[in-house]
Amino acid sequence: MRFAAPATVEEAVRLLGAEPGHAKVLAGGSDLIVQMKTGRVEPDLIVDIKRISAMRTITAEAGGFRIGACVPCLAMEENASLKATWPGLVEAARLIGSTQIQGRATLVGNLCNGSPAADGVPALVAANAKVRIVGAKGTREVDVLDVPTGPGKNSLARDEIVESIHLPARSAHSGDCYLRHTPRTEMDIAVVSAGVFVTVDGAGTITHARVSLGAVAPKVLLVEACSKAIVGTKLDAKALGALAAAASAACKPIDDKRGTVEYRTKVAGVLARRAAETAYARAKGAK
Amino acid sequence: MSNIHVTTTVNGDVMEFLCEPDESLMDALRDRLSLTGVKEGCGSGDCGACSVTVDGRLVCSCLVLAAEAEGCKITTVEGLAKGDKLHPLQQKFLEHAALQCGICTPGFLVASKALLDRNPNPTEHEIRYWLAGNLCRCTGYDKIVRAVVDAAAELRRTA
Repeated sequence: MRFAAPATVEEAVRLLGAEPGHAKVLAGGSDLIVQMKTGRVEPDLIVDIKRISAMRTITAEAGGFRIGACVPCLAMEENASLKATWPGLVEAARLIGSTQIQGRATLVGNLCNGSPAADGVPALVAANAKVRIVGAKGTREVDVLDVPTGPGKNSLARDEIVESIHLPARSAHSGDCYLRHTPRTEMDIAVVSAGVFVTVDGAGTITHARVSLGAVAPKVLLVEACSKAIVGTKLDAKALGALAAAASAACKPIDDKRGTVEYRTKVAGVLARRAAETAYARAKGAK
Repeated sequence: MSNIHVTTTVNGDVMEFLCEPDESLMDALRDRLSLTGVKEGCGSGDCGACSVTVDGRLVCSCLVLAAEAEGCKITTVEGLAKGDKLHPLQQKFLEHAALQCGICTPGFLVASKALLDRNPNPTEHEIRYWLAGNLCRCTGYDKIVRAVVDAAAELRRTA
């Protein structure tokens, strides 16, 4: 195995494209290095992208935020503006593993690793985030939803790197929330999770909503029926009931040691409802 | 496999070593630099026994490649005491008997210092969550949490 730490994204792309064997991108390493230790991946080349300075920063862009691929989860919380604007996303980042893991792990890594239970991903999907992918053939902007394709798989070509995530501008009367269910309160993997983003008008009526679910299908789900259930409402009991039913109906989970199909399906509705209540309160100005 | 030459600053001293490309920072610190306060518990980032800081960030050194450390500033438990004078966290761990077998202790000390550097007055709740990635099978954690609370108070008094 060889190790390279290029200073530019172009050089990183060139290295990946030129490698005849198996090349892997290293950001936080909290998935990759574990996989190397267990023998699940045996790369010929590791490309450490943390020397690429533009990929280490959080910057304001087009009314939103651009988060570099090498920004660790803890650095997101340290950015007061990001935390105030996207509290749900920052909370999701602070649920990924331990403090030690959050000092290294990145949201882009969480996305590209392709785990159906990734905590960062439903929150990014609810936020309608896009990623910028750089490859030998140029740069493309892709919806977060289109990056993972199934457990452990993503849609990147072998010479492509996700350079950054862009969170769009959002109206002042918006809020997001991410909730997951785990048997423990920390250091655990989501049994079910839900991300919700809502925008309200001056009367408190929801004008826009995005609801995503994690760990209930081979990849993250964006559930339009959930949005329809709450747009045009003030999130009354009837709307919350319809939201929960739509979330449960969208689930296609597996049975495993963390939860049964029935349990995941039921809890998805509960979490979607609770996340919507928090996102709605935040949209109306709650801290 | 050709070795990689790495220059880092460890506990304030510039150090150099040669490592394999797939060697962990934990192995390099222990086996190349003889900093055996860095402990291997799980080797997979779950237990925190190998905790060190890299450029001020608390990390599990088992999940860092040694080659990544080029040009970085690393602190291990060996960097906490000043000569023969223990760091207040170390002193309070002794006074509160916050250790038994001791394997997890260096990781707890490094992680606790990272917390107090960031938040000089953490609540018990904050301490427990911050240290959730450090596992101890001897103490039941209560003594560790009490030691950190006491050390934080001591550090605030002397700050």
